[in-house]
Amino acid sequence: MPEIEGIYTIWLRETKRYVRYRSRILTSVVTPLLWLLIFGTGLGSAIRFGGIAGGYKAFIYPGIIGQTILFTTIFSGLSVIMDRQYGFLKEIMVAPITRPSIVFGKSIGIGTAALIQGVILLLLSFVVGVTMTVPAFLISIVLIVIIALGFAGLGLLIASLTDSLEGFNLIMSFIVLPIFLLSGALFPVTGLPSWLKFAVYLDPLTYGVDALRNVILHQSALPLELSVVVIIGFAVLMIFVSAFMFTKREQGLM
Amino acid sequence: MKNIIETDGITKRYDDFIAVNSVNLEVPRNTVYGVLGPNGAGKTTLISMLCTILRPTSGTAQVNGYDIVKQAKEVRASIGIVFQSRALDDILTGREHLEMHASLYGVPKDVRKERIDEILDLIALGKKVDEYVKTYSGGMKRRLEIGRGLIHHPKVLFLDEPTLGLDPQTRENIWEYIHNMTQTQDITVLLTTHYMEEADQLCDEVAIINKGQIITSDSPSNLKRELKADTITLKVSDPEEFVKKAKKLEFTKDIFLMNGEVKMMVERGENLVPEVVDFASSQGIHITSVEVEHPNLEDVFIKYTGSRIVGEGK
Repeated sequence: MPEIEGIYTIWLRETKRYVRYRSRILTSVVTPLLWLLIFGTGLGSAIRFGGIAGGYKAFIYPGIIGQTILFTTIFSGLSVIMDRQYGFLKEIMVAPITRPSIVFGKSIGIGTAALIQGVILLLLSFVVGVTMTVPAFLISIVLIVIIALGFAGLGLLIASLTDSLEGFNLIMSFIVLPIFLLSGALFPVTGLPSWLKFAVYLDPLTYGVDALRNVILHQSALPLELSVVVIIGFAVLMIFVSAFMFTKREQGLM
Repeated sequence: MKNIIETDGITKRYDDFIAVNSVNLEVPRNTVYGVLGPNGAGKTTLISMLCTILRPTSGTAQVNGYDIVKQAKEVRASIGIVFQSRALDDILTGREHLEMHASLYGVPKDVRKERIDEILDLIALGKKVDEYVKTYSGGMKRRLEIGRGLIHHPKVLFLDEPTLGLDPQTRENIWEYIHNMTQTQDITVLLTTHYMEEADQLCDEVAIINKGQIITSDSPSNLKRELKADTITLKVSDPEEFVKKAKKLEFTKDIFLMNGEVKMMVERGENLVPEVVDFASSQGIHITSVEVEHPNLEDVFIKYTGSRIVGEGK
């Protein structure tokens, strides 16, 4: 089973990197806390937000989880660009394993990092006054991993098409921020003008956030089954497309 | 199979630039083969094609009997590579690099530990092996990379400028290490370099490459023998004048200025030193130093290309 072994090896390296860069774990706790405490409390005091215990802060909690997962997974995928600049990608690419195995190993590694992060984020629920039940916790973890796999795939796909980190700002402005802002992480997606609604429903993260909100706050705009199908479909599509691109653009990556 | 690497008109073309131009290479099994040439001569491009990193524009090559395009995966399993630029992960330890490589190359689990210990003996990292690579010196990193390339017992080890950017002492250590390795292992080494000394010391056979083409190939001693010329290097008070006048001497085969020094190509140089000194003083030119050198690969290179190999950093 050389391919399984290869996937495992790449997963192991990805996970070791995540655990060893302590600053990354710290940021992934502090940034969402800032959003929840400052933005959540600040805007929450200015607007009347009925319907949910805990108010606006609680409302954005699943959204901020989605945002954290989005940012860390896309950037982990993009780390392939850094691997290429530091030469380490060559070591992996000349190994006798298939290109899809490299993508699978990376994605699962990023998914694992998201799993650790998800646990931390879900334990923060007391900050926003949301009661977390065990089933809600477990289902949320599964959803987080599925969302993570999709955006890891997107990050890898972008990395396979980009030569350097110079385009980083472009990726930030044109891909990452729109995905975050359109996802309904910060506002309800019901009752929007139709042009915005259209864009919101094109955004895969919308379904992720809505599913998380459904499980954690028992409030959602879409049926849970639909959201789950969309995020699974997105994850499968992204990973397969980037596996294909890694095979096709093999030369450009080395 | 006498030759472990054979190329047939292998060519790499970028738009209107030909990096490697129809190269035919035959590397005999269990030798150390050097590809010698200046920066930009096409060495790395050539080696990259043989390692399956780049696809040739035309021509073919076989490594360990496998076609580099059609059987890329088999080729990859037969070779070890040390890239010119570092290919290490700062935040992994040396041992982890070796373990990772062993499993990527499908070294069976039961022999893995043994192989790693064997390599660790060879690369002598000591206790550092369990520290992060970011704490290693340049020489240690290079030794780790070479050791890593050997873990899966490759048939061919490619070394792209193995001592580039290392200090002279580390360089000699690496040479000694490569030399010992080829004595004890069943392995063929193909290395690229622009250090003459490196090619001279390490290689059984050398191919000189310039502007994408192989100019000549033979053993270093045969290449040097062909020259039949010694070099007298002189530091004189008026080099231009001296070159002009000494050109007319009957024993001068060639004379030119290099970095302010006069280089005279002659036969049996040691016997001619008195004559050269007498000649200079008769012309009123003062000599500050004289040195006689027997031909080295650099001279071979100059003969074939008309220019010097440009040193590091250019």
